Amino acid sequence: MVLDPLPLQVAAELFPNGISRYAIGGLLVGLGVTVIYLGTGISAGASTFLESTLSYVSDQSRFQQYVTSRDWRLVFTLGIVLGAAVYAVVYQGGAWTTDVQPWRLLVGGVFVGIGTRVGKGCTSGHGVCGVGSASKTSIVGVLAFLTVAIVTAQVVAALGVSP
Amino acid sequence: MSDRHPAFMPLILVGGLIFGFGLAYSQMARPEVVLNFLQFEDFGLVFVMFGGAAVTGVTFFLAPRLLGRAPLTGDSFERRLKSFDRNVLIGGAIFGVGWGLSGICPGAAYASLGIGNITILWALAGMFLGAYAQGFWRSRSQARDAAVTGAD
Repeated sequence: MVLDPLPLQVAAELFPNGISRYAIGGLLVGLGVTVIYLGTGISAGASTFLESTLSYVSDQSRFQQYVTSRDWRLVFTLGIVLGAAVYAVVYQGGAWTTDVQPWRLLVGGVFVGIGTRVGKGCTSGHGVCGVGSASKTSIVGVLAFLTVAIVTAQVVAALGVSP
Repeated sequence: MSDRHPAFMPLILVGGLIFGFGLAYSQMARPEVVLNFLQFEDFGLVFVMFGGAAVTGVTFFLAPRLLGRAPLTGDSFERRLKSFDRNVLIGGAIFGVGWGLSGICPGAAYASLGIGNITILWALAGMFLGAYAQGFWRSRSQARDAAVTGAD
């Protein structure tokens, strides 16, 4: 039996699925942000769509401040859905559905919806755009949500909730 | 809006297409993959953020230096940094609870819908509910603050 050198073993343990699909996916996410930024000067995050779209159905001042951007945010989100659909057709060969329980998605979604708005950004706004512009606010924001998410996921798993 | 450059919306759409394709390619549109990362079973997901931030880092660094203004809007490429306050930590922590429980964040949820994952509508419904609750509460407290200021 031939053993892999230690660094390879460690890498295989930390990255059982390799890193290329993650890195290539990430580069493309950054490229999508870049295309929009170079053309318009806008650094687009994903979560403001939630509030800007609510401005279509609610008069709350908090949502109405996004009236001028709500149409392009809708188009941006439509693009995200369609781009992912292209991936599904080309690489996935059909629809894929999660086994994570609906109550986790719903309750988790509520927390995500509140948190991203209180905290001024999400994984794309803080994580990709903010970290990319070396914003201290975003780096702190990422560290905060990453730490809490790790603890939460580990506790939920330890309680035996799966998937 | 009518005063927008005719290429504005098409460019936003193209950017969104690449963004969404990338999210699906990175597997982040699958909550299971995110949960595996958060439970330390596969650390690959850090490369999604690193990869994305590396590209935007170069863009945000070079664009203001090499280009004058954005061609489609005439806006300058200045850095529009978000101010730091306690809310970044509080909101980040609330977001973290949700992300850790569900394994999904807003952009990945839209992409998840695109890969055919209709079950993710639960998460999207939750996100809209949460954003609405937050906005409702914030609008009210703003109106109250304004009323107090007006009375002074």
